[in-house]
Amino acid sequence: MHFLKYGLLLTAIFSTVVGKAQGDVAALIQKVGAKIERVNNYTAEGKMKTNVAFLKVPESVVKIYFKKPNRLKIKNEKGISFVPKGAVGINLSNIINGAKYTALDAGMDKIGNTVVRVVKLLPVDDNADIVLSTVYIDEANLVIKKAKTTTRENGSYQLEMTYGIYTAYGLPDKIIFTFNTKEYKLPKGITFDFDDGTAAKKTIPQGLNKNQGQAEITFDSYIINKGVSDALF
Amino acid sequence: MWNLLQIELFKISKRPRTYIAFAAIAAIVFIFQFAFKADGQSYMNLMLQSVKDSFEFERTKAINGYFMCYIILNTLLVQLPILVALIAADSISGEANMGTLRLLITKPISRTQLILVKFAAATIFTILLLLWMAITSLFFSLLIFGADDMLIFRSKGEESQILLISQDDVMWRYLAAFAYATVALTVIAALSLFLSIFADNSIGPIIATVCIVLVCTIISNINVPIIDKNVRPFLFTSYLVGWKGFFYIATTDEGVPIKGSVENWPAIRNSLSILLLHIGVLLGASVFIFRKKDILS
Repeated sequence: MHFLKYGLLLTAIFSTVVGKAQGDVAALIQKVGAKIERVNNYTAEGKMKTNVAFLKVPESVVKIYFKKPNRLKIKNEKGISFVPKGAVGINLSNIINGAKYTALDAGMDKIGNTVVRVVKLLPVDDNADIVLSTVYIDEANLVIKKAKTTTRENGSYQLEMTYGIYTAYGLPDKIIFTFNTKEYKLPKGITFDFDDGTAAKKTIPQGLNKNQGQAEITFDSYIINKGVSDALF
Repeated sequence: MWNLLQIELFKISKRPRTYIAFAAIAAIVFIFQFAFKADGQSYMNLMLQSVKDSFEFERTKAINGYFMCYIILNTLLVQLPILVALIAADSISGEANMGTLRLLITKPISRTQLILVKFAAATIFTILLLLWMAITSLFFSLLIFGADDMLIFRSKGEESQILLISQDDVMWRYLAAFAYATVALTVIAALSLFLSIFADNSIGPIIATVCIVLVCTIISNINVPIIDKNVRPFLFTSYLVGWKGFFYIATTDEGVPIKGSVENWPAIRNSLSILLLHIGVLLGASVFIFRKKDILS
């Protein structure tokens, strides 16, 4: 009888603590979301470096256009750029404000010298493409430092952000986007290549496997809330 | 010598078959340009089929003049030896067929001079053919499709790669590639000239040249390890595609292309030396045999 009484008491305490924690996390997400929501549109200029084993491309100067709710376009004005398809996830509002979800507190962690709160976002919709998102939030600045997303159709991808002068808008100075890619195979007998007798130099990016790639965008400037034409998307 | 060369070039210019080669190149190039203008996306989709779900890029920018020229050269430089053989294989055998060879060597010129002049005329024809190809496939393509960065799709062993060369780093590569192609096709001219010494009509040496090139090209691309290791290095056809080496840009350890660089200079130099050696041996053998030959026709 005593056991049942204490059990009920413990359950009540646990539910209150957990409920309060979930409430705190939801409030935190709301604050971060509100900060991101201040940006209706932006045009950014930057440099993009793509690091994929089979792709030998130089660093390119790109323009990034964003318009609410989730339209994002990366354009190379002077040449050709290979843009990872999931790069639309670079738009953080897509993760935070994109769909209904349940936020779960997963404790604290550290990214560099910054202490971050880890929050797991579980979509309410069973059929949503995003299965799980884990965001690492810098509570002091109300910005997302890192986001890991697992999708149903497009594998997993990860975003790592570094912030500078645009922290007030929740816009990063640098994004490292890690994504999954298939192995590249040319159809046989099409190219008639010159065989110089040497083996191919394998350049798998550090810390990644051969089916992963990385795109690194360093932003030089943002023009925020000055309007972006629909024709650009 | 100069007068003799002028006469040989005049004779080549008067043959209708000379213009067949130029017309054939123009026709093939224009068909390619039309096809890619109409539906180049399908080709791009084929080349990128395994990664088209992972990346997006502006395909219309990728199908530009530089890319078109590369695709055309890739296809045509396999067939071009046939067009060179049409003229070069006719050099001596054509004279023999018309009965003018005996008359020709009674003139106060040495047989060595005659062979050298015939070879020089065939080489000039080859250069003009490549010049025409450069005009139609590169400059016309640039006019039709415009200029942009250039994509190279490449297989190296088991690996497949996509290389991107900035547009301001492309033109010198084409100049080098056309210069290399001139040397490669001059080997065909020397081979045709050599074979034409043994025939009394030009059909035989033309067919023989085409057969040798075809058989050796097939063996060069057969991809059987034992042949790749023991036979391939000794076939001149293995080096005909060496011009592509100028488009294999070197990269840093992070896979970033280095502007103005070539991945394997020694391999290109080696290929070029082997082709020049072939020209020397075939031309030397032609002079040696022709000097000793009884001219009966």
